[in-house]
Amino acid sequence: MEIGLNHYLVLSTILFAIGLVGVMKRKNLLLLFFATEILLNAVNIAFAAISHYYGDLTGQMFAFFVIAIAASEVAVGLGLLIVWFKRHGTIDLDLMTSMKG
Amino acid sequence: MFEAVAFYLFAFLTIAMFYIVVTTKQALYALTALAAGMIFISAFFFILGADFLGAIQIIVYTGAVMALYAFGMMFFDTTRDVKEKQGNKYIIVGLSTLAAVLIVLIVSVPMVSDNIVALYPVADDIGNVQSVGLVLFTKYLIPFEVAAIMLLVAMVAGIVLAGKKMDLSLTLMSGEEIEDMKKEKNKKVLS
Repeated sequence: MEIGLNHYLVLSTILFAIGLVGVMKRKNLLLLFFATEILLNAVNIAFAAISHYYGDLTGQMFAFFVIAIAASEVAVGLGLLIVWFKRHGTIDLDLMTSMKG
Repeated sequence: MFEAVAFYLFAFLTIAMFYIVVTTKQALYALTALAAGMIFISAFFFILGADFLGAIQIIVYTGAVMALYAFGMMFFDTTRDVKEKQGNKYIIVGLSTLAAVLIVLIVSVPMVSDNIVALYPVADDIGNVQSVGLVLFTKYLIPFEVAAIMLLVAMVAGIVLAGKKMDLSLTLMSGEEIEDMKKEKNKKVLS
């Protein structure tokens, strides 16, 4: 049985769907960040698989940049989250209504 | 044969771990399951011959990002059960699946029409790390430098946001105390 590109794309779809379920379902902001990490990783798998099956290195390059963006997002997001928690004592999404959005 | 076995094994493990991440009520379980899932994802990169990407995945995600989350969780109350939205479950799952399938369609339509030509083909005589370096430092040099600057900015932002006033607990102080401290020291408590 040969593993082809479609196998990896289906796996990437499943992981992306799990991440989206997490994004829509979670109310705790920290666990929302976890769900976005899942989304980024699902896309990375698709990039690496396409890169392998088409013999092109561009997919791996973009996976590197995605990892760099994920790292910087965590640094800034966690800093904001810590400041918010120090000030308000909760990281519940529904209570973040100071912008009246 | 071994590739198929490895693929299905790690696919099952990854899906199980990420399912735990989005469903568990304990934040610590979610953190641990996410770290395990990241390791399992690096297995796919090794199967696909992207050795350098797999190593970076382990180092950056499991080593740096997960450790950062673990240290950040010291500030939060993680023993409490996480409350969740009371929404319609089927709508959420249906919308997520639809969105994911749409994204895969967007990615795969140009491949179906066979318009893809390998711009930077993988060379046979050199290894993965060497070819990654050749492409990264010729064609993608400017994005690489921009990513470095972005990481520097993120590091400064993280230090400024989280590193200030670590000895004070802003949750235990009243609003007036915080205002007084602002006036006294003529500094911003929160910035």
